[in-house]
Amino acid sequence: MATEAKAHELIVSVSPHVRGQETVARIMWTVNLSLLPAFIMSVYYFGPLAAFVTGLCILSAVLSEHIYQTSLKKKSTIGDGSAFLTGLLLGLNLPPSVPFYIPIVGSVIAIVITKLLFGGLGYNVFNPALIGRAFLLISFPKLMTIWSEPTAQFVAMDAKTTATPLGVLKEEGLAKLIEIFGDKTDLYMSLLMGSRAGSLGETSAIALLIGAALLLYRGYITWHIPFSFIATVGVMAWAFGGQAGLFTGDPLIHILSGGLILGAFFMATDYVTCPSIRKGQIIFGIGCGAITMMIRLKGGFPEGVMFAILLMNCFAPLIDRGVKSKKFGAVKEQKEQKK
Amino acid sequence: MSKTATFERGIHPKYRKELAAGKSITQANLPQRIVVPVSQHIGAPAKPEVNIGDEVKRGQVIGSTTGFVSSPVHSSISGKVTAIADFPTSVGKMVQSIVIESDGKDEAISFKEHPDYMNLSADEIKTIIKDAGIVGMGGAAFPTNVKLSPPKEKTIDTVIINGAECEPYLTADHRLMVEHPREVVEGLKIIMKSLGVKEGHIGIEENKPDAIKAMESAISGEANIKVWPLEIKYPQGAEKMLIKAVKGREVPSKGLPMDVGVVVQNVGTALAVYEAVRFGKPLLERVVTVTGNGIREPKNMMVRIGTLMSDVIEQCGGLVDGAVKVISGGPMMGFAQWTLDVPVVKGTSGILVLAEDEYVSSDQYSACIRCGSCIDVCPMGLNPSILSIYSEKGFYEDAKANNLFDCFECGSCAYVCPAKRPMVQFIRLAKSQVKP
Repeated sequence: MATEAKAHELIVSVSPHVRGQETVARIMWTVNLSLLPAFIMSVYYFGPLAAFVTGLCILSAVLSEHIYQTSLKKKSTIGDGSAFLTGLLLGLNLPPSVPFYIPIVGSVIAIVITKLLFGGLGYNVFNPALIGRAFLLISFPKLMTIWSEPTAQFVAMDAKTTATPLGVLKEEGLAKLIEIFGDKTDLYMSLLMGSRAGSLGETSAIALLIGAALLLYRGYITWHIPFSFIATVGVMAWAFGGQAGLFTGDPLIHILSGGLILGAFFMATDYVTCPSIRKGQIIFGIGCGAITMMIRLKGGFPEGVMFAILLMNCFAPLIDRGVKSKKFGAVKEQKEQKK
Repeated sequence: MSKTATFERGIHPKYRKELAAGKSITQANLPQRIVVPVSQHIGAPAKPEVNIGDEVKRGQVIGSTTGFVSSPVHSSISGKVTAIADFPTSVGKMVQSIVIESDGKDEAISFKEHPDYMNLSADEIKTIIKDAGIVGMGGAAFPTNVKLSPPKEKTIDTVIINGAECEPYLTADHRLMVEHPREVVEGLKIIMKSLGVKEGHIGIEENKPDAIKAMESAISGEANIKVWPLEIKYPQGAEKMLIKAVKGREVPSKGLPMDVGVVVQNVGTALAVYEAVRFGKPLLERVVTVTGNGIREPKNMMVRIGTLMSDVIEQCGGLVDGAVKVISGGPMMGFAQWTLDVPVVKGTSGILVLAEDEYVSSDQYSACIRCGSCIDVCPMGLNPSILSIYSEKGFYEDAKANNLFDCFECGSCAYVCPAKRPMVQFIRLAKSQVKP
């Protein structure tokens, strides 16, 4: 009988002997898929150049990961979809009309410096795409703040430049912003659909929400970070964002403009760089929201989502340490100690 | 829809109970040879009471207890002792075992029956249970009489019979409840009597509606006993989770069920208790679910303790060509076997043979991406992710500080991990490196 066991070459390993279907690659490719509506809208509003910029980001991100790993004789991990995702997110975070070297430089910084030098997926402290973007914004401040007007119908090759809604709000105030879009309803509609200046993938709230719904449905993200992030921005915009004093601000404008929807659902929720414990994620989201609004209202930049998430990335491990999930049987233990 | 009782978190693995759930319990052939390890239970090993060459009968004690937490072992056949030596067992350890070759007669010693068993005293019941070698038959194999003898300062008010059978594939307890519901209830009543407890519960996962029905009709007229349909969720059958579901009580960290006044016994144990107390039968056989895509004919079999797995597998048509893994117990917490020449023991609830299509290797795992899935499912409310990372890096004390020893290795974290990390292996490694 021992021979039979040998003939079957039994595998011996630690339990459990069955595993679920979920894999890292499946999660990452699903997140990539969930960004497809936003990508399509970016091409719709900003023309073929949008596809070129995002495509170049993806290509450089995937290639730099592959080249780095193969040249160090490591296993290439481009199949897991995370380099693709970093490229895609970076692309969607760039202005529409950047020169060709911007996506390349940004992707290399994101993948090689931010992710691979820290040990690869799972070990990075900061969101790679956001570090890539932050590097570009600081190194090429002019190129990174040229915003094209959305011209719809997939054609615009060289659109007029304009300011983003948050830029107008910061420099010229709410009245001017409403005037540009017609009336308040038009403004809201434009922000919702994405017919406004901004980074490629951030403008269409509706497209982003469709993708976010997929991720929520699949359980890949939960409400904790997006909700606490967006709610904090809303409350702070309402409390401190108005010109007529406290509690006169317009929360909806702040929620729908800038990169908040993209950041809250797709970047702040990056597993590796956010807290893992749900309670901690709420703290993380509130922190992101608060920093975003401080920058938007008082800082030098019109937009603060990127820096807010990056700053909170630093705190993620600390939050996870401080916030412990309630362990089974813990209540009784404490009571007994008090006795 | 009424809310069924359950605990927080947990997972929903593929249950695959359909392979064996409909198969009535059949009697396995009389084995030609049995290998009886002297340690099939938690606690001190039994001391062999026979010598090579001795003739033994079915039911005869061949190993006696050596302490309070210990259990005797019996011969499950009649025949001659041919060896007393170390043999491989299903948990991977070599254990001193008594080998008996059958004489084919299957002669038994005379068993002392108690038709009026409900008139026995608590101490008499406990002595019978101890002498019968009864241990927890759900897998942990803790001596039952010890569980029934809590220290004086602990007040027990509830007995729960564990019919959850939350391990995928396994159907042994399911079949027992369908085929012997009355005996299980009598076993429960004997256990309640031995503890002086008025309240009895039977918890059964809802994926066994026929068992729930059978048990409900078996308890008709028993005002103190209640059947609880439980949500289908792993690990519903873990003692602490079951107590939480049925009684809403949380066993304190590092504590035992008796700390919240509860004793939990498995369905098979209840049946064994009944047979020991009523008919004087020691624990000589048990129901084993032989199942999985790797086995030709899945069955539920009544197998003599000491029968070799290879023998049982042969009676189920043998392994299919693509069989890759043989497991003693269920797929979530069972032990993978390196040889089939290991005996079925008191705690062997199943022999599961996985075929290639059911097996997922964890040889290729990647870094933790901190998705938090494991935290969302851990029934103990731990952070398995950080435990695995600490263990991987050799920071065992840090793992301990993060409640390492609250983990009972149910494997839910490893089941959901998208990076396919061997979570239980990391946790066991850490546990082996630091003192609790």
